[in-house]
Amino acid sequence: MTDAAVLSIRNASKTFGDRRALDSVSLDVARGEMIALIGPSGSGKSTLLRSISALQTIDPGPGVITAFDGPVQKDGKIDSNVRQTRTRIGMIFQQFNLVGRLSLFTNVALGSLGRISFWRAALGMWPQETRLATMAALHRFGVSDYASQRANTLSGGQQQRGAIARALVQKAKIILADEPVASLDPVSARRVMDILRELNRNDGLTVVVTLHQVDYALRYCDRVVALKAGKVVYDGPASGLKTEQLIDIYGPEFEDVFWEGAPK
Amino acid sequence: MSSVIATPVPPPPSRTLLQRAPDLLLWGGVFVLLAIAFGPAEIRKIPLLLSNSANMREMGQGFTHPDFTDWKLYVAQMWLTVQIAIWGTSIAVLAAVPLSLLASRNITPWYIQRPVRFFLDMVRSAPDLVLGMIFLVAVGPGPLAGVLALSINTSGVLAKLFSEAVESIDRGPVEGVRATGAAKLHEINWGVIPQVAPLWTSYALYRFESNSRSATVLGLIGAGGIGQVLFDSLNAFAYSRTAAIVLVIIVAVSLIDMLSQAIRSRLL
Repeated sequence: MTDAAVLSIRNASKTFGDRRALDSVSLDVARGEMIALIGPSGSGKSTLLRSISALQTIDPGPGVITAFDGPVQKDGKIDSNVRQTRTRIGMIFQQFNLVGRLSLFTNVALGSLGRISFWRAALGMWPQETRLATMAALHRFGVSDYASQRANTLSGGQQQRGAIARALVQKAKIILADEPVASLDPVSARRVMDILRELNRNDGLTVVVTLHQVDYALRYCDRVVALKAGKVVYDGPASGLKTEQLIDIYGPEFEDVFWEGAPK
Repeated sequence: MSSVIATPVPPPPSRTLLQRAPDLLLWGGVFVLLAIAFGPAEIRKIPLLLSNSANMREMGQGFTHPDFTDWKLYVAQMWLTVQIAIWGTSIAVLAAVPLSLLASRNITPWYIQRPVRFFLDMVRSAPDLVLGMIFLVAVGPGPLAGVLALSINTSGVLAKLFSEAVESIDRGPVEGVRATGAAKLHEINWGVIPQVAPLWTSYALYRFESNSRSATVLGLIGAGGIGQVLFDSLNAFAYSRTAAIVLVIIVAVSLIDMLSQAIRSRLL
């Protein structure tokens, strides 16, 4: 792990049945980077992100995942201090993963769970600091009008902005976004990507985002990491990604299905 | 599309005799069981329903002239029965919440979940009436015996229903909460409970309905309430009074049903 690195993945493998979702993946993420993880369905993008936040274990063996200075998991076991590490990593999901019957406000305030006292957290007695931070985050992303509404009454774009607000209340230093725009209409998708980019540029957050749409990856991210069948097949600047490589990653149908703009 | 037309259309799926054997065995077994149980269950006596018409007529006459002179007693005793059901159900809900979480595969490791499930199956298999008898001996005849009997059986049933609700939740929101660095209890409190709350409430209300009926039956063995009054009047062949009591029970239970259904439909 270099000085500036906030995430380090070494030799991480993950097998589901007889399918290799991750095949000895190694990756370093430096502070302040905005990285796109691309690759076809089943290439291991989501598995990699979920392993970094220890929502799942990697296979026992030499694999080690480190975030900041603390281990997240190694040898197939999740570290016992993982909750401390998780508080500094905000996770954004394709299906938003807000709790539908709770208000948007409560959902965003949940970001403070790891920080405030156990019983206050259990009873939902949010401290003033959490309340202010929650409203500030909702206001910043233009959804403060819906604070008292149940999350499941909101549109996908509004929910996803709420989910990002939760990461902000969490005071996350890293944001892991797993297909954050795959369930959104193009306008909402662009808005969410703009927010992630802004958090990266203005707030100095490190962002790792898995994307289905290659053109988003090229437009919003400086560095692209491509996975194919669980292996890293490209890791470098977005501008260095050539059409031939993309065809190699996605298969010959790539140009028909995904093409919206040629890489610069 | 030409490649599709070139291959012949496959025949519709059919099942061999061997594949049908389990179905045939199952249905055959059901009919054999019915035939065996025909004698012991005295099904052949069904015509008695009509031939014993004298008894039925007497009872019917009583029922067409319900005697409401003691209506204050009936209503008071009915209210007592409902109160037994309220406490029996509430104690059961309190016990069922932790038990159901311990009995859910997606929350609890198997070496705890399996034994808890087994324990719940045992608890559920004990009928209210048997439990009522035991508690009559333990705390003496009266409403408390009824409350305890109801709460034991109901906590077994509710814990099982609650845990099935927990096992069918969407794990996404729970992972969303977990990813913030929340503790296990916070995950349950904020990720699981909000998802199951409507179903849990609905199940609890439904059990309250059926407990109001069960509490009536428990009165028959001395657990107090309207059931005891009903039993006494039946023993005295006082069909007019019995009719009045039955009407009070039907009205009360229907009211409770309607009320709880109204609440449940607003929840879901």
